[in-house]
Amino acid sequence: MFLLKLIIRNASRHKLRSLLTVTGVAIAIMAFGLLRTLVGLWYLGVESSSATRLVTRNSISLVFSLPISYKERIRQMPGVTRVGIMNWFGGIYVTEKNFFPNFAVEPAAFLDLYPEFLLTPEEQKGFLIDRQGAVIGRKLAAKHGWKLGDRIVLKGTIFPGQWELVVRGIYRGAQRSTDETQFFFNWDYLNETMRRTIPRRSDQVGIFVVGVSKPEQAAEVALAIDSTFKNSLAETMTETEKAFQLSFVAMTEAIMVAIKIVSYMVIVIIMVVAANTMAMTARERISEYATMKTLGFKWHHIAIVVFGESLFIAFIGGLVGIAGTFPAATMIERELSQFFPTFRVTVATIVLQLSAALVVGVVASIFPTWRASTIRIANGLRRIG
Amino acid sequence: MTAETDIVTVSGVTKSYRRGNQIVPVLENISFGIRQSEFLALMGPSGSGKSTLLNLIAGIDKVDSGSINIGGCEITTLGDAELAGWRSVNVGFIFQFYNLIPVLTAYENVELPLLLTRLSRRERREHVEAALEVVSLSDRKDHRPSQLSGGQQQRVAIARAVVTDPAILVADEPTGDLDRVSAGEILSLMEHLVRDFQKTIIMVTHDPRAAEKAHIIRHLEKGILTDG
Repeated sequence: MFLLKLIIRNASRHKLRSLLTVTGVAIAIMAFGLLRTLVGLWYLGVESSSATRLVTRNSISLVFSLPISYKERIRQMPGVTRVGIMNWFGGIYVTEKNFFPNFAVEPAAFLDLYPEFLLTPEEQKGFLIDRQGAVIGRKLAAKHGWKLGDRIVLKGTIFPGQWELVVRGIYRGAQRSTDETQFFFNWDYLNETMRRTIPRRSDQVGIFVVGVSKPEQAAEVALAIDSTFKNSLAETMTETEKAFQLSFVAMTEAIMVAIKIVSYMVIVIIMVVAANTMAMTARERISEYATMKTLGFKWHHIAIVVFGESLFIAFIGGLVGIAGTFPAATMIERELSQFFPTFRVTVATIVLQLSAALVVGVVASIFPTWRASTIRIANGLRRIG
Repeated sequence: MTAETDIVTVSGVTKSYRRGNQIVPVLENISFGIRQSEFLALMGPSGSGKSTLLNLIAGIDKVDSGSINIGGCEITTLGDAELAGWRSVNVGFIFQFYNLIPVLTAYENVELPLLLTRLSRRERREHVEAALEVVSLSDRKDHRPSQLSGGQQQRVAIARAVVTDPAILVADEPTGDLDRVSAGEILSLMEHLVRDFQKTIIMVTHDPRAAEKAHIIRHLEKGILTDG
């Protein structure tokens, strides 16, 4: 109890120094947490992907499309419950700065295959019957102030023209991690327009989303689909939704590795700064530690005092840093919603932050603790003032 | 003076320090005894080995050869941990610069040595209050060292030294950092401890006025006792 009192009082002895150290640790822990959240976010699409959905695309590249005729053939394969169509539309709302992901989908299959997008029965009905209907994520709607019935014009980039769409549904995510910034509209509207304007680009599909009854059947069904279209003009590549998402993540793997390295570098830097502060502190108090030893305190008492102070400062800094991560994450989510549809700090990140803070405290105290606890009393007493 | 009545017996003590490749002798074949309730002053020029001898008697440094027996305990045979335990019970320390812990109050500083004992909180409080009473600082118990004068800080240090009721007090230049009036008060207090509480005090000092208060004065010159 006494040692705890001494640790706390020592920690607040040089208020400015302690405040600066706590602030440094807090900022480092907050930065670490935000970077780790960003890394986690990168894999969010992978983690939230369904085990019962497969993605079939052109085996050459995503840039190349598949004929709509494949849909019926895939649907008839054993184990397949539903087949949906999805085209990356790449439309722009007013300006490119307003980027959000937008897709042309087949409404009925879409509603079946993506139960994580929650819509009311009225909204579902509106989307099913309106060729120009669109459903949009709640966050996207909030950002642009869109309401049900609003008319939105997207400027096509891949598919030229001005595309007028009507908001028929605003979906909520079933999970906190569900992306609520996406925009889906009726593929028939796209296809019919293409048939009129650029016929050669009609009846073409970006990907087929294939529902399977059981996750264990995924490999078998994927193999069956790809075998069916082998040696055709448009060979397919079918993979689980998770593998499909991972292929996107893999393209940016180097960036993720760099962010991970930077996140650890932040911790190493603050570790060095904290170690310097603790070494300076222990050096200043060496005569006090020698006095305590003279009075009969043993080396481990001194070690507890020095080690405890370092851990205490790092712990307080860690708590402040963790507390600061939440408003910072909320701000990032609000200000950069077009890039980060969700920016939630997970429990795993908090545990990682707290562990990092404690590691900073432990490592920063190793040398000062060793020095203070092993100093010879006579030498320590000579260092007065 | 006989060995039987001596509370401190120093026999043939030699001590040297290594400085680089050189071995510097500090004390050579020192032998003397101190009886209970004696106030002994060790004098000598800087570098004569006074503080080293005091540290050896107090068990905070180790001899190269020779023996030191205190109250029947041969402290030169004790290990570091045993010495720490022995010191906490048998020796009280008074330093030139008081060596109080700045973040603790006067009360807490005095209580410090008692935290290593098995005394209850209530018993500790009784001991601390009694010690502060002896040094007439009961009314300043909640003050931190920075809120006390030099003389008052040294009195707190004396209270800390006597709170465990050790047989021996060692004082290294206890008046060296004090003005004349405060120094006089501290020396009177030390006399009071010898006279009324039967403490044995070994004091290192440069100050002849301080040494005058002692019962016995021993002189050290280049590591050798010059007065027998």
